[in-house]
Amino acid sequence: MNPALQAVVTIAIGVGGCVGYFYLSNQFLDKVLFVPRGPNAGRNINRAEMIRPWLFLLPALVALGLYLAYPVFETLRLSLSERLPGGGSAWVGLDNYRQMLGEPKFWEAMRNNMMWLLIVPAFSTAFGLLAAQLTDRIRWGNIAKSLIFMPMAISFVGAAVIWKLVYDTRPVAQEQIGVLNAIVVALGGQPHTWLTIPFWNNFFLMAVLIWIQTGFAMVILSAALRGIPEETIEAAIVDGANPFQVFFRIKVPQISGTIVVVWTTITIVVLKVFDIVFAMTNGQWQTQVLANYMYDKLFRAGDWGVGSAAAMVIMLLVTPILVWNVWNARKEMK
Amino acid sequence: MDNIAGRKSGLVWAVHISVVVLVALWVFPTLGLFVSSFRTADQIATSGWWKAPFPSVQNLTLRAAAPETQTRDGDLYVIEGDLFDPAGTVSVSRFGVSSRAPTAFGVGESAPLRKGGRVTVDAAGHYRMTNTEPFSGRRGPRIFVTARVPPEFTLANYRNVLFDPANREGMAKAFFNTLTVTIPATVIPIVIAAFAAYALAWMAFPGRALLIAAVVGLLVVPLQLALIPLLTFHNKIGIGKGYLGVWLAHTGFGLPLAIYLLRNYMVGLPRDIIENARVDGASEFQIFVRIILPLSFPALASFAIFQFLWTWNDLLVALVFLIDSTGDTTVMTKQIVELLGTRGGNWEILATSAFVSIAVPLLVFFAMQKYLVRGLLAGSVK
Repeated sequence: MNPALQAVVTIAIGVGGCVGYFYLSNQFLDKVLFVPRGPNAGRNINRAEMIRPWLFLLPALVALGLYLAYPVFETLRLSLSERLPGGGSAWVGLDNYRQMLGEPKFWEAMRNNMMWLLIVPAFSTAFGLLAAQLTDRIRWGNIAKSLIFMPMAISFVGAAVIWKLVYDTRPVAQEQIGVLNAIVVALGGQPHTWLTIPFWNNFFLMAVLIWIQTGFAMVILSAALRGIPEETIEAAIVDGANPFQVFFRIKVPQISGTIVVVWTTITIVVLKVFDIVFAMTNGQWQTQVLANYMYDKLFRAGDWGVGSAAAMVIMLLVTPILVWNVWNARKEMK
Repeated sequence: MDNIAGRKSGLVWAVHISVVVLVALWVFPTLGLFVSSFRTADQIATSGWWKAPFPSVQNLTLRAAAPETQTRDGDLYVIEGDLFDPAGTVSVSRFGVSSRAPTAFGVGESAPLRKGGRVTVDAAGHYRMTNTEPFSGRRGPRIFVTARVPPEFTLANYRNVLFDPANREGMAKAFFNTLTVTIPATVIPIVIAAFAAYALAWMAFPGRALLIAAVVGLLVVPLQLALIPLLTFHNKIGIGKGYLGVWLAHTGFGLPLAIYLLRNYMVGLPRDIIENARVDGASEFQIFVRIILPLSFPALASFAIFQFLWTWNDLLVALVFLIDSTGDTTVMTKQIVELLGTRGGNWEILATSAFVSIAVPLLVFFAMQKYLVRGLLAGSVK
């Protein structure tokens, strides 16, 4: 079938099916199962009201359970077992983890991931805060914000192409067409192949994610900055505080909660970062990260055990944020 | 606020300049790709994209008209013509007749041709070849010129990448494949999540708080964990790799955010409206469809944009759940990664392909930015 037609049919079936399910199941509940009439009307209404929420929730619960909750446990099981040649799997305990910990490529990925975790959220938040503070004070601030926010809409792969052009290198005799090398040469330096310089190339990859995430940080922090009560700022200015003191002593402490939220949200993005490394270096020249290492193991080496173990490491690193988020959400609802 | 303390005005300029620098830093990389997609391969390879709007001095190899066009002028055989079409936009500074000395002669000078005769080129690119004997051969001689060429942009890259059916690396098919993935993967989770969010926001039942907490927890579960278990599952139930699988996967992965955003929004709707409707005898289904859904439009739009951007830009989920070994269902992100590998130096192809894939999300972004920002704020500041 033509994919376009198939897509239309799927939307029709999917949406129609969902709406149909909700409509018919509600009808069934009211018209057949517990009719709110007759001698047992009161009891029936109560029973119907007990069941109805679960009718509304069922598709979502099935999808969440199957696509997010079940894989966590299945991956845990896979990480503790080994695929047998004829199909099936055998329990191997912690062997996969032991093997993974013995691989230098894993430790390279860990080291790089830790650097990503420190640097990307820090710089994105800092640039975002700077951009939010500066653009809030000028008339064309909204246009500036739009433009800084724009990379959010660009795919990681698109961003990888964009930045590969920035980092492009030509031989010394030719004119440089990458901006970075053009600047270096104009300042009297030598052109470099930036993405192949071990260790430092990680920073050139991080720049791409910082470029994307700064807009996000800016939007959130800008809203938080606007929420600060004017009186606190006015009082500080009357007391003779200079603009820098107002910013760092008055404003930043008041939005510290939002800064933490932005920081953790970007941290989660960083932990899952895959496309940028996959498209720009594919983990060569010591730029491996956990998500790409895992992809390598799962789909290139076909080693489900070690790949799943790597996935569990990512899960482990996310867990503190998960717990913190849940704890905050519960606190809010009380 | 700007004028509360008079001395702030000194800083205003610094602020303007800083913002200009920031914006330039953030726009320049994308602009480079955009400009490059309108340049020819030669232009991209010989000069940086930032020089595109200015005239450039180029060394060009051109060919004079063939001997069959020669005319008699007294006792001389003459071939005349213009090297550039249209004449007059280009200014020639030097020319030559051999590749070893392409800049040997100044304009107006007379250069001896290898096969006899002489040629002269003027600044506008007009040439005149003269010989006492007839010119022979099928093709005219090569003429090397150093010329100042006005800026030139072309749509040929887009024609090649989008509309050339012979181009197997083209983006047309991948574009439609991406669209095929995106639309159901955006619509289906919205429907499912809207019902669930309503139940979590406005229906009382035991375990509600626990479910909300679970949704918040699932928000951050990395989808990397789901790859192998779900691929195995899809193979087992017979879906395998294909559109159905990728739609289901995107639905599952998008649901936590959808439920979370929509519930937060629906909780904020005025209680009176819903209670009044209940008193008037409306069923929960009617309340949901007639009242809640229309009122929740901003939140639905926010999530729709998120999910659209995410599914359109996704690479990993498509790689794992969609693209099989035939490559018939390849999406644009995958196509670009492939081009990065095979056509790493052909920037005209890469830039154009990348821009084709970026263009739609950018349009959506600029058209619906308001809802995107609103959704971000609802999702994060809470």
